[in-house]
Amino acid sequence: MNPIRTAQSKVGDDRTTGPELADQSLPADTSVRENDSALHPPVAPDSQPADLDRLAEAPGTRYHSMQEEDFVVAIENLSLWYGAKQALTDVSLQFPRNRITALIGPSGCGKSTLLRTINRMNDLISGVKVEGAVRLNGTDVNGKNVDAVEVRRRVGMVFQKPNPFPRSIRDNVLYGAKVNGYRGDYNTLIEQSLRQAALWDEVKDDLKKSGLTLSGGQQQRLCIARAIAVAPEVLLMDEPASALDPISTLKIEDLMRDLVKRYTIIVVTHNLQQAARVSDYTGFMLSNETTKGILVEFGPTNAMFTNPRDQRTEDYITGRFG
Amino acid sequence: MATHSAAYGAAGAYRANRTARRTKGVLFAGVGLLSVLFGLGTLLALVIDVLRDGLPWLNWQFFNSFDSRFANSAGIKAALYGTVYMLFFTILFSLPLGVLSAIYLEEYASDNHLTRFIQVNIANLAGVPSIIYGLLGLQVFVRWAGLGRSVLAGSLTMALLVLPIIIVASREAIRAVPPSMREASLALGATRWQTVRSHVVPYAFSGILTGNILAASRAIGETAPLITLGALTYVPFVPNSPMDRFTVLPIQIFNWTTRPQQDFHDLAAAGIILLLGVLLTMNSVAIYLRQRLHKRF
Repeated sequence: MNPIRTAQSKVGDDRTTGPELADQSLPADTSVRENDSALHPPVAPDSQPADLDRLAEAPGTRYHSMQEEDFVVAIENLSLWYGAKQALTDVSLQFPRNRITALIGPSGCGKSTLLRTINRMNDLISGVKVEGAVRLNGTDVNGKNVDAVEVRRRVGMVFQKPNPFPRSIRDNVLYGAKVNGYRGDYNTLIEQSLRQAALWDEVKDDLKKSGLTLSGGQQQRLCIARAIAVAPEVLLMDEPASALDPISTLKIEDLMRDLVKRYTIIVVTHNLQQAARVSDYTGFMLSNETTKGILVEFGPTNAMFTNPRDQRTEDYITGRFG
Repeated sequence: MATHSAAYGAAGAYRANRTARRTKGVLFAGVGLLSVLFGLGTLLALVIDVLRDGLPWLNWQFFNSFDSRFANSAGIKAALYGTVYMLFFTILFSLPLGVLSAIYLEEYASDNHLTRFIQVNIANLAGVPSIIYGLLGLQVFVRWAGLGRSVLAGSLTMALLVLPIIIVASREAIRAVPPSMREASLALGATRWQTVRSHVVPYAFSGILTGNILAASRAIGETAPLITLGALTYVPFVPNSPMDRFTVLPIQIFNWTTRPQQDFHDLAAAGIILLLGVLLTMNSVAIYLRQRLHKRF
């Protein structure tokens, strides 16, 4: 919600920042990105490299230096099993604050599983075993004294298929706030949440209408409004636009660029163009016959898409498999 | 494609035989229609027969009189009151027990050997002959608990009988609530109980209600366990408390059919009309509620 850092950032973590990335630290393009959906061209380094505050003011800029990021979520040597079947193998990466990080990879590579470890949704599946740590501001979310309910309040989630409750728009937005004991003014919260989700103007006269009467894209934005009404730090999005038409998809992407000023967004997507358009960082995951769910490469999106370090990443983003 | 061999895709490779294929379809539809007509026709004949015998006896005197040695002054009042009392207490016990069990099994119980064993056996219990429940009720409620041959003992026995039905129906209804609703609620930081109370139960409500109404109509029609329990066949009074003795509609009907006089047989037909009317009404309400309250996702 605010630029105050609550955790120490791990600067220059060489697990995620290779030496060839270190000199790619380009200055921030301080012009706030509007609705353009193409990659920004590199900007001439005529200004000083952006400091953290300037980045926080203009989080829509597309070129960032890993060394300057503040990390909200850190995955450390995470392995996960569904019963006897392994789904994630020794994954380590960190998600920077107020950035959109995309997780890409072919079906079954474990990207959704990784996403769901962050808000402990995998707890709902019986027989799941986790090794390693998922740290939210430094605290292991699977730790003994950590309540999954509190983790999920701080880490919101938007699902692949829009899933509004079969209730009024108002009740949809208010539900999470109510169950978490929100004491403020309901009407303000509804308006702010819906405005942030770019839905207010479309529904402000019909808040009593069922959420299910909205179109698919509106439903998904309602789900986003519902998620941000409980004031999370992180928003997880599991293929949020894969069930939507292209126009609604672009609206969701624009919304994500807008939301990232206040939240940290981690998005799983099958759509490589979407990852390239919307994200600041990208992680590429893969499974093969012997090892399930490994992180192949992680880095700034522009670097990954223009100059991947790993051959498998290059094969995937150029469409040679997956 | 041109590169394929001549046999592949050539007209001569197929024996269309459309006449035979169509004939089979027509035959199948005909057999199906006959099956429907046989079942419904038999039922219809029975209903018409019952209506012809019983309708002339359906009057205020029939509803407002107790049983008698004389068909002209015999009525169904005691059985009607007994059925209503028994049904009230049966639902009072079985609904909370059944619905809570179903919620626990679906939403809370972990998936292990014990819960799977319990689940299989609940389904088995639904298939146990009702007279077994009567014997169980006789020993446990009438003798051990000392309730005597009362409305309460009968209701508790009936509650046990319909409990598996309620649990199975409620579990089906709860399972029909999409997992995405639970995920949405939990992902917002709701606890499991908040999710169950605000989403699972409200969305499953119509299904749970329907299951309970169907279970109640099963309880109304049951005779064997109450006979075993010792519900009376001649009751010249209305039960005033749950500890009173009682009779119910099917027992009264059974009793009348065993008497030699034709008039009593016609009285039994009148009783059957009443019982059928109550059952059909309850089932219609169940169907209406299912349509009316059903949630779409």
